[in-house]
Amino acid sequence: MNRFPLWKYVLVGVIVLAAFLYTLPNFFGESPAVQVSSVKSMVKVDTALLGRVEEFLRKENIAFTGAVLDATSLRVRFADTDTQLKARDLVDRALNPDEANRTYVVALNLLPASPRWLTAISALPMYLGLDLRGGVHFLLQVDMQAAITKRLEGLTADVRALLREKDIRHGGIAREGQTLRVRFREAPARERARAEMSTGIADLVITEREDGQDLLLVATLKPEAVRRTQEYAIKQNITTLHNRINELGVAEPVIQQQGADRVVVQLPGVQDTAKAKDILGRTATLEIRMVDEERMNAETLAAAARGQVPFGADYYVERNGQPLLVKKQVVLTGDRLTDAQPGFDNQTNEPAVHLRLDGQGARIFQEVTRESINKRMAILLIEKGRGEVITAPVIRSEIPGGRVQISGRMSTTEAADIALLLRAGSLAAPMEIIEERTVGPSLGRDNIEKGFLSTMWGFIAIVAFMSAYYMLFGLISSLALAVNLLLLVALLSLLQATLTLPGIAAIALTLGMAIDANVLINERIREELRGGATPQAAISAGYERAWGTILDSNITTLIAGLALLIFGQGPVRGFAVVHVLGILTSMFSAVTVSRAVVNLVYGHRRKVAGLSIGDTAWK
Amino acid sequence: MEFFKIRKTIPFMRYALAFNVISLLTFLAAVFFLATKGLNFSIEFTGGTLIEVGYRQAADVDAIRRSLGAAGHKAEAQNFGSSREVLIRMHVEKNQSSADLSQKIISILKKQDATAELRRVEFVGPQVGRELAEYGALALLVTAVGIVLYLWMRFEWRFGLSAIIANLHDVVIILGCFAFFQWEFSLPVLAAVLAVLGYSVNESVVVFDRVRENFRKMRRAPTREVIDASITGVISRTIITHGSTQMMATTMLIFGGAALHYFALALTIGILFGIYSSVLVASPLLMWLGATRDQFVRPAKSARDEHDGAVV
Repeated sequence: MNRFPLWKYVLVGVIVLAAFLYTLPNFFGESPAVQVSSVKSMVKVDTALLGRVEEFLRKENIAFTGAVLDATSLRVRFADTDTQLKARDLVDRALNPDEANRTYVVALNLLPASPRWLTAISALPMYLGLDLRGGVHFLLQVDMQAAITKRLEGLTADVRALLREKDIRHGGIAREGQTLRVRFREAPARERARAEMSTGIADLVITEREDGQDLLLVATLKPEAVRRTQEYAIKQNITTLHNRINELGVAEPVIQQQGADRVVVQLPGVQDTAKAKDILGRTATLEIRMVDEERMNAETLAAAARGQVPFGADYYVERNGQPLLVKKQVVLTGDRLTDAQPGFDNQTNEPAVHLRLDGQGARIFQEVTRESINKRMAILLIEKGRGEVITAPVIRSEIPGGRVQISGRMSTTEAADIALLLRAGSLAAPMEIIEERTVGPSLGRDNIEKGFLSTMWGFIAIVAFMSAYYMLFGLISSLALAVNLLLLVALLSLLQATLTLPGIAAIALTLGMAIDANVLINERIREELRGGATPQAAISAGYERAWGTILDSNITTLIAGLALLIFGQGPVRGFAVVHVLGILTSMFSAVTVSRAVVNLVYGHRRKVAGLSIGDTAWK
Repeated sequence: MEFFKIRKTIPFMRYALAFNVISLLTFLAAVFFLATKGLNFSIEFTGGTLIEVGYRQAADVDAIRRSLGAAGHKAEAQNFGSSREVLIRMHVEKNQSSADLSQKIISILKKQDATAELRRVEFVGPQVGRELAEYGALALLVTAVGIVLYLWMRFEWRFGLSAIIANLHDVVIILGCFAFFQWEFSLPVLAAVLAVLGYSVNESVVVFDRVRENFRKMRRAPTREVIDASITGVISRTIITHGSTQMMATTMLIFGGAALHYFALALTIGILFGIYSSVLVASPLLMWLGATRDQFVRPAKSARDEHDGAVV
């Protein structure tokens, strides 16, 4: 009665073996590495770059132990951290000759030092949380009111343009709070305006109102337009954050949306929070200025390249390498930009970027273009006080309505890149840091050590007690507990769930609770023996009767674990994940694995005189 | 080895009233301290900034307090873990940009002692704190309701109700201890409290399982005797299991350092009271709520049952 069919033994064996394999990478530790990834969407990390970096390292006589290339980055391993630091500085200088205009992020990273065949079966070490490896965690709140206000400003311009186009006279358009008010003198004008606005501008809900003498149209954003604006704002801010964080040189940044209006930013390994905050909070802006064509010729450009820039102008090099003199006077700033999308020119079908300006921006832009036909304007991205000319097109005609198209000399990918840059240049809505956690690397190491020590000693204490109290059955229970730990670590490695300090505490706690199942079984077997059952019958009945209780008690614990998982935030979540997984693995290990071992030991004997489960002779 | 050679059924229920009076008194004391002293919430719940700084030598906490005070910061500073580590706590102040606060503090401390090393910064905005508190309360509620529903389904409503009363009273006692000693109540402590709740209920479940089994076995015995026999049957397992879990909590107390200190402490209180309440409080409640054999042992179906559906 205490025999498993062969397949059951094999299954248990296979599961334990697999768990062992996936736990293995955690023992190899990590080796220092340098990671190279691209900042610009047009520059890809490819085999050519891999060759370049390898050749360069060989030339500089820096020994490296391996180099791997994946979809987005290139990683080179080194034997020790000194070589890693040296290599980082050298590679950084070689790949980014222009300090101010970086093409690649060259960052320090740690790569699992496990053999390649383990990585091939995607056996990776556990993913350590920031409290264990050190780093910065920010939670940012996007100001959605501001995003909606900005969108309404944009719509004000649209309404103004529409009314002008349809030749409807009005007494002023203004935004008041979250509404848009258009004043009219006469009812027919208002009637026509209402009809045109509801067909022409889909995002608005329009109501009529009277205000003393004036007739009003009051427009608010439709709920779905509000939602779209908010989604756009958060996506936009995430894109911006991505671009900015690239400059920090962080190996594995995490930038994720949380809830409707929050963004989580995690920067492992970053210690300099001041710099991180500075970069996250920075405002990059777009500027439109005129090219100084009167004074721009070969001679002045050559002089400017040497540093002698004419008064009232700046010297820039365009993206295609052409030098330019640009007037210092700013025509428009990025505050007036509401959107930038890649697309095509309607007439020439060339790739283009479509910009949208808000009301005031549109008016200024119209005036400037009217006065400067056939002149060149430069569109600059200003970051950290440093500008880059994205494009410098020739103005062909007056441009009304705040819809601007930049075209000429660009590919479709370039158009997409510029649109992204323009959008990403500034935040769609202001953000505020509402949560910050910084953990230094020394504390992270301490935390790992403390968590590991408590788990180890607790485990040893339990094993010692169980073996002394239940003899062979105690030893088998301890073995089951070890398998439980193995399964838990394997699952955590396989799922790449984030392991935090509370997570390690949960491992310890779960082990302490998991032994309960084996205590239940062993006590039950003793009871059956005392009741006069034969050893084989006692094992069988012990496991069977205990099972119902184990199930019930684990489910109640599981309910608490799930509630924590659903409602838990931050550190609690790390605890809950491990706790829930641990309860599930313990049911398998405590019942099936221990039974398999017991069956192997006793089940195949013809005659069993007694069980090694401690003292049961008393009655 | 065998610690518990119990030959006779121990008449636990004879002392049921005494157990419950003790329980009630502890519970009332806990509620009293919660009401008067209140919990010492960590900045995770209240919002604020927490900075952990490490020094080469033993830190002069008074000097740190003075220099922070001189710079106009309302801050609490205390040793944390060892004499070389200092924890600085600041609650949210109005009109203060929280983002650069930690930078300012660190520069003040560095001026005072150049070996000061920033080990940890936590800043939680007030709205996040409020949310965390709300979610924590919600998690507690969902756990309690979920457990009652499960036990109701698996046993009977009386079992669910008595188990949850007994174990929520554990939770209140843990909270009461935290209020009395003004220990810091943080998110990991909340996790420990919920884990203990699930764990103690599982204790009651083990007893209840035995009660159900004994109701079937001991056909003539009154409820009181059935419960006594059940508790006697499982008491050795209860103590061994709790002992094992407590070993883990103890090693965490010893080796876990300051970060896990209160977590392990909450577990310890929870485990100790868990034994008591889930066995000696839940079972009498079950008795008084009127659990009887009939709720589990269904009488054999008679022939009349066939017409059950057709009542006019």
